[in-house]
Amino acid sequence: MQIHISTADGVPIYLQIVNQVKYLVASGRLAPGDEMPSIRLLAERLVVNPNTVARAYRELEQAGVVEKRRTAGTYVTEQKSPLARRERVRLLSERIDALLAQSRQMNFELEEVIDLMRQRDAAMQPASAGASP
Amino acid sequence: MIQEVSFPPAHTSPLIEIHRVTRRFGSKTALADISLTVPRGGVFGLIGGNGAGKTTLIKHVLGLLKAQTGTVAVFGLDPVANPVGVLGKIGYLSEDRDLPNWMRVRELLRYSQAFFPAWDPRYAEELREAFDLDPAAKIKNLSRGQRARAGLLVALAHRPELLVLDEPSSGLDPVVRRDILSAIIRTIADEGRTVLFSSHLLDEVERVADRVAMIHEGRILMTATMDDIKDSHRRITLRFSTFQDRPPQLVGAISSMGSGLEWTYTCYGASEQLKQAALALGAAVVEETPLTLEEIFVSRLPVRSSRSQAADLAATPQPAAT
Repeated sequence: MQIHISTADGVPIYLQIVNQVKYLVASGRLAPGDEMPSIRLLAERLVVNPNTVARAYRELEQAGVVEKRRTAGTYVTEQKSPLARRERVRLLSERIDALLAQSRQMNFELEEVIDLMRQRDAAMQPASAGASP
Repeated sequence: MIQEVSFPPAHTSPLIEIHRVTRRFGSKTALADISLTVPRGGVFGLIGGNGAGKTTLIKHVLGLLKAQTGTVAVFGLDPVANPVGVLGKIGYLSEDRDLPNWMRVRELLRYSQAFFPAWDPRYAEELREAFDLDPAAKIKNLSRGQRARAGLLVALAHRPELLVLDEPSSGLDPVVRRDILSAIIRTIADEGRTVLFSSHLLDEVERVADRVAMIHEGRILMTATMDDIKDSHRRITLRFSTFQDRPPQLVGAISSMGSGLEWTYTCYGASEQLKQAALALGAAVVEETPLTLEEIFVSRLPVRSSRSQAADLAATPQPAAT
């Protein structure tokens, strides 16, 4: 689990952990059922206060991203749940908002942006060649 | 002191209780009426510039200095009157890492073991290997980093209830700094232990401390949990509908900069509350960003000419420093 903590931009550390775990889950790099590192281990690895990691895990649990199991340990929850989908939509919406804001500044019409996205999507296809029908 | 002080029951008593301590060296006031409570468990960071009074405060906790006025209690005891009871449970790494230069590493370990009844020889050996300290090396020949590691080993190997580190990172390379921060984290991850450390490297403090006291010129500017400090400060940029020669007074603003239509404020207060205040000034919040601990600390430093106003920063917004 690759998490990077920076104190350069002032974002609270617990929030950096929450956001990066959400991103890892949404992008599939953390799969449902994967075990999360223990609070102590992650605190030592990231060199941050264990209470900060505990707070991040609590927030992730409340958001339905991870769950505590009776056998001790924290696991990534089954991502088919509506909560998880809502979270993925939210994450993607943030990126889209940023894209739209920038395209507006640069005087692109929405239709042009959508066309451009289709073009880029087509350009990315060869990367997964072989699997195409 | 005429004032009556009531102490809480023993089971809730804080680990360190400093009450109205003033310390003067000649005509210089090093600590000016400082009161500070360090609860049991967690990492308490003392932050402030050089000469702010951090080391003097730590020396009072260790009983190396006796309070001229006020009281100091550590584990409920006066550290000056009970040096054995207090120091035996404290691991201490001083800023200058004063170790006996004439000893070899192995002698340092044996010597320290005799001093601390709770010394754990296996843990000491584990640390010695992890820190790559040669038992036959003379202390005086150790590099700066290895010397700090030797000092850290001595501070840790008796598994102290309280670990006190005075500017542990100063002058060290990132690898040794990481060893020190890891030691802090491992210490509190073991249930109930406490770390008090001073630093002017605020990014390190932001990573590891749960609680912070900001010290400046012998006074405490602010003490709070890290979460509260981070939650209650932010930078907001306001866009005004008309041109402003000077930044309009915003409730909760600590400092401001900008010109014309856009002014950026460093603020103390909740996001919603600041938005309302901005609205009342006929401005819109166009940007809001979190602040680093360092930015918060700098914003809290009193304006040079009005040092006396520093005492109650949280309550009174400072005049804008432009």
